[in-house]
Amino acid sequence: MARIGVFVCHCGENIGRTVDCAAVAKRAALLRDVVYAVDYKYMCSDPGQNMIKDAIKEHNLSGVVVASCSPLMHEKTFRRTVTEAGMNPFLCEIANIREHCSWVHEDKPVATEKALDLIRVMVEKVKRDIPLDPIRIPVTKKALVIGGGIAGIQAALDIAEGGKEVILVEKSPSIGGHMAQLSETFPTLDCSQCILTPKMVSANTHKNIKLYTYSEIEKVSGYIGNFNVTIRKKARYIDETLCTGCGICQEKCPQKKIPSEFNEGLGMRKAIYVPFPQAVPNKPVIDREHCTKFINGKCGLCEKICGRKAVRFDQTDSFVNEEVGAIVVATGYDLYTIDKKTDETLKGYGEYGYGKYPDVVSGLQFERLVSASGPTYGELKRPSDGKVPETIVFIQCVGSRDEAKGVSYCSKICCMYTAKHTMLYKHKVHNGQAFVFYMDIRAGGKNYDEFVRRAIEEDGAVYLRGRVSKISEENGKLIVKGADTLSGAQVEISADMVVLATAISAQPDIVPLAQKLGVGYDQYHFLSEAHPKLRPVETNSAGIFLAGACQAPKDIPEAVAQASAAASKVLGLFSSLELEREPYVAKVNESTCVDCEFCLTACPYNAIERKEIKNRKGEVIKVVSHVNEGKCQGCGTCVSICRSKSIDLAGFTDEQVYSQINALFV
Amino acid sequence: MAYGYYPGCSLHSTAKEYNISLKAVCGKLGIELSEVEDWNCCGATPAHTTKEELGVALAYNNLLNASRQGLEDILAPCAACYNRLKNASYAVKHSPEVNKRMNELTGGVMERDMKVYNILEFFRDIYGQDNLKAAIEKPLEGLNVACYYGCLLVRPSKVLNFDDAEDPVSMDDLVRLIGGNPVRWSCKTECCGGSHAIPETDIVLELGRRIFTSAQAGGAEMIAVACPLCQANLDMRQSQINKKFNTDFRMPVVYVTQLIGLALGLSKEELGFNSHFVSAAELLKK
Repeated sequence: MARIGVFVCHCGENIGRTVDCAAVAKRAALLRDVVYAVDYKYMCSDPGQNMIKDAIKEHNLSGVVVASCSPLMHEKTFRRTVTEAGMNPFLCEIANIREHCSWVHEDKPVATEKALDLIRVMVEKVKRDIPLDPIRIPVTKKALVIGGGIAGIQAALDIAEGGKEVILVEKSPSIGGHMAQLSETFPTLDCSQCILTPKMVSANTHKNIKLYTYSEIEKVSGYIGNFNVTIRKKARYIDETLCTGCGICQEKCPQKKIPSEFNEGLGMRKAIYVPFPQAVPNKPVIDREHCTKFINGKCGLCEKICGRKAVRFDQTDSFVNEEVGAIVVATGYDLYTIDKKTDETLKGYGEYGYGKYPDVVSGLQFERLVSASGPTYGELKRPSDGKVPETIVFIQCVGSRDEAKGVSYCSKICCMYTAKHTMLYKHKVHNGQAFVFYMDIRAGGKNYDEFVRRAIEEDGAVYLRGRVSKISEENGKLIVKGADTLSGAQVEISADMVVLATAISAQPDIVPLAQKLGVGYDQYHFLSEAHPKLRPVETNSAGIFLAGACQAPKDIPEAVAQASAAASKVLGLFSSLELEREPYVAKVNESTCVDCEFCLTACPYNAIERKEIKNRKGEVIKVVSHVNEGKCQGCGTCVSICRSKSIDLAGFTDEQVYSQINALFV
Repeated sequence: MAYGYYPGCSLHSTAKEYNISLKAVCGKLGIELSEVEDWNCCGATPAHTTKEELGVALAYNNLLNASRQGLEDILAPCAACYNRLKNASYAVKHSPEVNKRMNELTGGVMERDMKVYNILEFFRDIYGQDNLKAAIEKPLEGLNVACYYGCLLVRPSKVLNFDDAEDPVSMDDLVRLIGGNPVRWSCKTECCGGSHAIPETDIVLELGRRIFTSAQAGGAEMIAVACPLCQANLDMRQSQINKKFNTDFRMPVVYVTQLIGLALGLSKEELGFNSHFVSAAELLKK
């Protein structure tokens, strides 16, 4: 005879506001087989958990239903609680009366009835629960880090320093990411490359890190502790083992009018190229689209000139398989396209003339223009005629916080980098005058506000609170028309250059990767963390962690902090010999299985195998299906397809599910 | 099949040459136009500033007449007419309440969605750039043209949605197609002052001065328009502008259809070039 206890949580006001928890507990106590029911303000708190433990002992309970928040939130908590009272954890079930009830309803009597329904259903389930033991699986103690920007590099180095192997995959020819493009960094104005390149070198030379550049993730299968990853190594058309990075091929390549990605289109590169002199690895790639050899078969100069004979025009993409136990996603960000767009929505900023006026540049382009490794070697010259700009207008929030034309979120870093830009400008051009149009200054962070004040008070940047309506061109000057909303005046500034602080957006090709990994993303394609406050580096896919701007706009210190956090999560995971996972797997009744193999073809995880049953003489008397518990994800597809009803899902048996449904109609 | 044609009041009066040149171009290209029968005022700015509903209803009634006539689309060369007709079509399509109210007010239900085109859209998407290119006999070689769109042709972008509202290019593309050289300039979508020309003439003169200054700085020899009010404000007030600001602008302001006509080999007389205040004759002698 089952003896069930029901524990109704108010979740502070979250449930209590819409559900009459006391009444629910009182009525739940009257359900058949329920011997005890109680409500409490915070069931997950220490006194709340003690109530459960005490009740299990006092009332000799055989099962527990906790009516509270989603099982995703606290199922683990309450199962641990009942274990401490000597009960098998799988005899505790959660009735979700928060997300499924109080949060989505307004009418209190209706919500109260529904809460009781949900509890009744779970009581029926828990009555039929049987004790289960968690499945133990081995862990491959090697991590995969996707993305070789600062976040990926940091995560890889931290894991490697922790003594575990790391595979670092970067899609472009060099690691370094956007940080390698920056000139100086806020709030200290130290040179970006000077603090980054040593880390890039370490990542390349560390004995525990295997680096794949110019490579992408092709396929991911498996689960926490046991991922199988296929990496596509895109053809570089270079034999990396032979190439010494001498650079003669790049020097001699006659194809030299290709806009450099690294310089944001402000400089040119060759068809065979190393993206920037400090690139890691210092090995070139051939850009197939622009290479004359690939276009019309002529040329091939690099092949002739290479002393090491390392050029391979016949190279093709190759694939590598790697087994890893954890994955850190650090794919970073891209910039919102400021250029006008002619799609249906007609978004973009045609009025700013980006792409039309060469002296209207993005923030990242400005970084290249003031960077010592940039197209002008750090001398600030405007793109149109090479003149040193005497006036620069900086416009913040281009695309950010603008739902009509861009995105609703704040890109977070633009206030700071614009202040930095005005300072760099003043330090390079002493008589130059910077004007900044802003909406609000968001400078939360250690020494951040002081930094912005310095830009204004010491370096004389003029900040105007308001938006710019239009930029036009007159006699080589850019006429910036805007509003100064603090004085209520319309402003017109004749500038030599305009810098747009463009919104940060997610990587354009992140969605297919997220889908391969089974990681969620929001409407702007930023990857979703498991909990916005309490699990900020984990995803809802166990064993997959996030680092850096792939999750949300972030500055360098934040990206690095998150990367280290992800690394410590990985190291924590790798510190245990085995992992435990929930025993919700399919089980085959071998006496009724007829070996029709339907389940074999239906299983999406290749978890079903054929098993021979032999007699004492060793003769095969029957072949049946067998579930590999390591691979089974408990999806139940085989259960529903089985014609002889020979498969059932532990913890979710047919009997349990039917009785739950029945309970709704009493 | 004939395209519905809604001339509106301007093309019968101040913008006669727009009407003449469009008809001549269509005649030459074999485009058949069927004027919407019993058309009424589009409402322009006065109607919708008096009462939103009135503005929609006047335009809606025209759409209704056209649909009763069996037409499927309407070409509205005047920017204001285009704007109002498209607004009405958008309003009834996107709001069941407005649709119901319009049915009550006009006593008629539209059987289908009536498509409304302006002149640029018509040649770009309906007649087709390739077809037009094939018909060109005398390309406007080396003619530097400032393409002026004004406000009503491209805004509000959500409703009109045929070109970028802040940096439109469809007229530039068209002018380039017929051999002209569209200049890069800054006042493509600046305000011409509209109907302020009567009560606040000084404002209109100042706005006009800015537009001419910018066009001149861009290297334009003439301004092309697709809006009767823009044409009137810039052409008719040019001498006043010169007098007031002591400038010497002599920039013809012509309809884009007149330029298309020239490229098709039609004569200036056939295209109404004689009705401009600032004559284009000198310029076109070249």
